[in-house]
Amino acid sequence: MSAAPVGEAIKDRSMLKQKEMIAENYELLATAKEAGRKVASTFVPGNLNELIMCFDVVNNLPEINAIQNGMRKKSGAYIMEAEKRGHSEDVCTYVKADLGMLAKGNLGPDGRPLPDPDLLLLSYTGCFTFMKWFELLREQYKCETAMLHVPYEGEGHASKNMVDYVVKQLKEEVIPKLERVSGVKFDIDRLRQYLKESAKAEEDFVWVLESAKTKPSPIDAYFGGVYYIGPIFTSFRGTEDASEYYQLLRAEIEERIQQRLGPVTPDGEVHEERYRLVVEGPPNWTSFRDFWKMFYDDGAVVVASTYTKVGGVYDLGFRHDPDHPLESLAQYCLGCYTNRNLPARIGLLEKYVNEYEADGLLINSIKSCNSFSAGQLLMLREIERRTGKPAAFIETDLVDPRYFSPANVRNRLESYFQMIEQKRRGTKPPAAAAE
Amino acid sequence: MTRTAEIISRCQDLFDDLHFAYAREWKAAVPGRKVVGFMPFYVPRELIHAAGALPLGILGGGDQLEVIHGDAYYQSYICRIPRSTIELGVGGRLDFVDGMLFPSICDVIRNLSGMWKIMFPKVKSRYFDVPQNYRDDIGGEFYVNELNELREMLAELCGREVRDDAIRASIALYNENRRLVREVYAFRARQPWKAPSSEVYLLMRAGMILAVEEHSRLLREYLEAATSEERPRRDNSRVVVTGAFCEQPPLNLIKSTELSGCYIVDDDFMLVNRWENSDVPVEGDPLRNLALAYLHNSASTSAKYEPDQAQKGAYLVEAVKRTRAEGVIFAAPSFCDPALLERPMLQHVLAAHDIPYIAFKYAENSGQMQPIREQAGTFADSIKLWSER
Repeated sequence: MSAAPVGEAIKDRSMLKQKEMIAENYELLATAKEAGRKVASTFVPGNLNELIMCFDVVNNLPEINAIQNGMRKKSGAYIMEAEKRGHSEDVCTYVKADLGMLAKGNLGPDGRPLPDPDLLLLSYTGCFTFMKWFELLREQYKCETAMLHVPYEGEGHASKNMVDYVVKQLKEEVIPKLERVSGVKFDIDRLRQYLKESAKAEEDFVWVLESAKTKPSPIDAYFGGVYYIGPIFTSFRGTEDASEYYQLLRAEIEERIQQRLGPVTPDGEVHEERYRLVVEGPPNWTSFRDFWKMFYDDGAVVVASTYTKVGGVYDLGFRHDPDHPLESLAQYCLGCYTNRNLPARIGLLEKYVNEYEADGLLINSIKSCNSFSAGQLLMLREIERRTGKPAAFIETDLVDPRYFSPANVRNRLESYFQMIEQKRRGTKPPAAAAE
Repeated sequence: MTRTAEIISRCQDLFDDLHFAYAREWKAAVPGRKVVGFMPFYVPRELIHAAGALPLGILGGGDQLEVIHGDAYYQSYICRIPRSTIELGVGGRLDFVDGMLFPSICDVIRNLSGMWKIMFPKVKSRYFDVPQNYRDDIGGEFYVNELNELREMLAELCGREVRDDAIRASIALYNENRRLVREVYAFRARQPWKAPSSEVYLLMRAGMILAVEEHSRLLREYLEAATSEERPRRDNSRVVVTGAFCEQPPLNLIKSTELSGCYIVDDDFMLVNRWENSDVPVEGDPLRNLALAYLHNSASTSAKYEPDQAQKGAYLVEAVKRTRAEGVIFAAPSFCDPALLERPMLQHVLAAHDIPYIAFKYAENSGQMQPIREQAGTFADSIKLWSER
């Protein structure tokens, strides 16, 4: 029997809600200048959304623009434009897609021009390239830049020195610049309120992620997961809209669990879960749906992923804390997935394979993301050694369509699924295997 | 053999020795001695020295090391230095190294710090962070605390307290070493025909392995010998090489650049040798002195954030002026994020100052030098023919 999904995908209320939220934010960006609103560009990992909102500043996220352009098949031309302008073929394609978009008129995903930022808010978390990216943007926009250096958790934890350093930068550098640019005075009680709202959404978000422990999993925690992380990783963390989104989502998933339904895909539901996978690394965006299809056509469901932790590892217990607002923002920035050292990342993967009862680990290694990719082959070996489960490796890119080879990816996935089957046959007693 | 040739021959032997016999012998000479390896671009070697250990610069495997195991740990699109460093480790060539420091240079070296913890659990390894905020009360305080943590780690490793007085004494020794390094660079900028870059390179590489006192002696001897020796002067163009601060170019690349008609009058091959621009104060709190020197008196490179847009790339223009260079060669390792992301910004600054430049990439094991010779040769010729500088 085929494991491929059946039926048409019907948009759930949570999906419609998120769509409205995104459209609203692009509307805010497109009309920011006429409305007299200030705009900050900032990054997803370690973003300070609650703090930005305290100053009525509209939030623009270059990574998200690059992703949107990747999904709309526009990023290839932007990347080539940036390369024509002297950017190396070796470096991050998010950066080049962003700079290429800027060179081509800076039209947002909705076709309207994105406003020039009034502030480049560089929260430098878990990726060295961010720092250079913002220096490149500063060269173009010549606007004010606020730099928040978030130290790397090299020893596997955030030390007091690190937290103090981040808090001090927030107090002495970031907040004064936000005040100056926006003309709004900082109100810590307003921040507390947003953080309280964040924590509420984070509870539901973690519940959603952990629902994949159910068999069959009601969600795909990678391909579906990238939609679920949308509000909490971007411009909506701390808003009532985000809380409402996660409540809706949670209710929908509760219903799916009761009905023993599999994840929703663009082609309908996965009706037979054949492989439960943990995935490390970001997805490819330029062929996102084709890529996903290679999984659900074979009944492969991702039950946990690390990409859904780049904007915060909430399932290990962290919540934004209104009683310790700045410390809590510091802890958040420090704890993002790629800011954790390799042993901690491997430990997390091992936990996922075990707790989610996965069949194995799949690594999607991204050509232009050294922060994720450097060390992944050691991760693969370690996970196989520690869990006894098979691991596999595929290579794609974020938003450069030149680095997505469907035939290669499909071949590797098929071989991997066969490997899982063999492992199952090899480990089960003959009687059980025959059942 | 001339005296410079003798000195450089010794440096070449040290450079060629991927079993690190000197460091092994240094360690074996006194029971209990420790060796602490470090990767580019900077670590405070003074602390390692003050702990009684030998700081050992690990700059990859060069073009003489066959990488077999290392390639199994890295995808094809990641630079070469981490794979050859893993090769050195897995192949047992670093089995005498007791500690390893991985500075904050890029995501690849950062992640290598965690790999080292897993692959070589008996080695005390640490990711060494430096501040990107340059205020004394913010980045400075963070850095003093980081230095203190490093001091504690080294004390534990070496089994002895690392006292302030010992750090002050080490700072004095490294101040002297940096003064001599700066003198060699200044000498080469004045009379590049008397101090070929391939020699200066080997001399500086020796500083990655020799005890600081011995390296300072060698620098002094080289300066004395090079000053007194006459060598033919060529009609070469004067260039600054930039972007090679981590994975090192093959020695042949440096030689080829010179043979093609370029005198390299400044470079960033081994920044740690002259990281601080002038002496670090010896009086007072030594950790604070090191921290303030890092914040306000150290070299610029793409691994450091430049808070002032107006100052972006100013150091490169200043280097061109100071050394009376006629052009800049951007030589960066393939897949080197810091160097390659920085390059367009620096090129814009150079263009604004009407300074010619060319760019190419290399790997530490690049073997084919003909394209480099052609590119550098054409650049040198074009400077001679067309530049009005």
